[in-house]
Amino acid sequence: MRRGWFRNGMLGLGLAFLYVPILSMIVFSFNNSRLVTVWDSPNSPTLRWYVRLLENDQLLGAAWISVLVAAMTATGAVILGTIAGLVLTRFGPFRGRAFLSAMTTAPLVMPEVITGIAMLLLFVSLEQLIGWPEGRGMLTITIAHITFAMAYVTVVVQSRLAGFDDVLEEAALDLGARPATVFFRITLPLILPALVSGWLLAFTLSWDDVVISQFVAGPGSSTLPMEIFSRVRRGVSPDINALATIMVLIVAIGVVLSTLYMKREEKRREREEQMARRDGNG
Amino acid sequence: MSQKTVDRGQEYVRIEGVTKRFGDFVAVDSVSLSIFKGEIFCLLGGSGCGKTTLLRMLAGFESPTAGRILIDGQDMAGIPPYERPVNMMFQSYALFPHMTVAKNVAFGLEQEGLGKTEIERRVGEMLEIVKLGEFARRKPHQLSGGQRQRVALARALIKKPKLLLLDEPLGALDKKLREYTQFELINLQEQLGVTFVVVTHDQEEAMTLASRIGVMNKGQIVQVGTPTDIYEFPSSRFVADFIGSVNMFEGQLTEDEPGHVRIRCPELDATVYVNHGISAAPEAKVAVAIRPEKIELTRSELAATENRTRGTVKEIAYMGDMSVYLVRLESGRLVRVTIPNTERHADERIVWDEMVYLSWHPSSPVVLTV
Repeated sequence: MRRGWFRNGMLGLGLAFLYVPILSMIVFSFNNSRLVTVWDSPNSPTLRWYVRLLENDQLLGAAWISVLVAAMTATGAVILGTIAGLVLTRFGPFRGRAFLSAMTTAPLVMPEVITGIAMLLLFVSLEQLIGWPEGRGMLTITIAHITFAMAYVTVVVQSRLAGFDDVLEEAALDLGARPATVFFRITLPLILPALVSGWLLAFTLSWDDVVISQFVAGPGSSTLPMEIFSRVRRGVSPDINALATIMVLIVAIGVVLSTLYMKREEKRREREEQMARRDGNG
Repeated sequence: MSQKTVDRGQEYVRIEGVTKRFGDFVAVDSVSLSIFKGEIFCLLGGSGCGKTTLLRMLAGFESPTAGRILIDGQDMAGIPPYERPVNMMFQSYALFPHMTVAKNVAFGLEQEGLGKTEIERRVGEMLEIVKLGEFARRKPHQLSGGQRQRVALARALIKKPKLLLLDEPLGALDKKLREYTQFELINLQEQLGVTFVVVTHDQEEAMTLASRIGVMNKGQIVQVGTPTDIYEFPSSRFVADFIGSVNMFEGQLTEDEPGHVRIRCPELDATVYVNHGISAAPEAKVAVAIRPEKIELTRSELAATENRTRGTVKEIAYMGDMSVYLVRLESGRLVRVTIPNTERHADERIVWDEMVYLSWHPSSPVVLTV
């Protein structure tokens, strides 16, 4: 009895610790008051800030830039990360393998400020030397994001590749498939789940990033987090709450849908395997 | 045991002094071997004996450090797996989990660039041969172990390989299914005339499947022969001990004539008389190996002075079709004897702690010098 009480209490505390901040933000997004910390009860709840948000071209523009950058980053990072993961797991020991492995994962531990400065220096000196990239903007942000997001994708792809036996690839070779065919018909479909989660991970990382973007962005290429950050410095305005609430909502829907899908797939698989065992007499 | 006549004239695979090193470890040590067309050749050995490495070299996944491999007269050096006239059935079956049974089987033919209708026809035929026609649209995880094994077999055989390599083909099946599948494999092999090379650590599997067996130990082939050869005429202590169970006694050669030999075995408390000659140095230390089923047990004292001894029954294990007796000799050695249970009633059977006499025919013991 007492133990149940204690357990539930602790669970409540844990959940509160995680979700009260988000919840309060959501609640305040429906607040009518201009001041973020004052609840204007006579006129609340209201969708006032949501409407304001839709009229705010600057924020919407920044959001669009963020989406573009994140999508390009995710795609680029998945391509490079897959190649790196493949080389590290399937090409056996070669000279420089340890170095490559260390270098691809270095951005995981590198402070973002340092990555940001390094990228900025690179872009500036490249521009002086070969005239490319011209100035800084979406392109430089994307390149910078790819370099660090790729590290995460590499890790995800690598662990997926290590998880499935390369005997499947050998079997395909044995059946007469050339290495390129083996990759596209066997390896790629099998690591697809890892590529999808790698893509989503890279997308989120890019979407989140302020520090690196801050260094390599140019005029007119502010991403959404940069925009929010600069606004918040001038004082938190309630339309940011509305924006954040929408973002939380989108993420929550995504998570719920993918969980439901995975649960269903798992159930289906289990049922089919049971059926195979039952009617499998030989 | 299936004893098939093999046309020894047609050498199909020739392995010449093949060695494979992984760093300092010698996995395969200068193996030379001929495999004949249309036979089922079994590479038999414990884990780490190099049998799988040898098989992988035939498939082209590993290349020999030294020596060469010829298949149908063609040197395989530098030829990648996808260009060899060889297919493999993997131990884990290695079915592509994202493809249906039909797609798995069709994969090899698609690589040959055959037309769609031709592929469909041949896949249909092959699935009928392995009795999986109704499962064509299932995915591998929807199949039982035995069905998966047959898909793997069909997928390899549809390529019409000159040589089919099978890595522990029955290892993942339960006992009943294994026996059934063994005979099915032999039938398929006869039907299609493909040469099989089977790797296994299971001697029973090797005995039933193989027309010839190559026993491997520490990277070397220690004996090649028919299952009967290997079982009845092992050439070394290792083979005698590895195949089946055996009672092995150390002894000393006392008489070595062309027609017979006599060996004194203190452990056995007897002189062993063997009715054929061996070629060994006089007074040589040799081992005498006698299979448990070749020893007779009686209660009454024997008149013979050789090839007999006595002891007390220490253990009896009733196995249904036969019983295993462990008899302790006066020297303290335990001897294993198996006796078929031809009678249903147990009244006459020898029981625990009885004094018994053991004897064997002069042709039964195998004298081993190495």
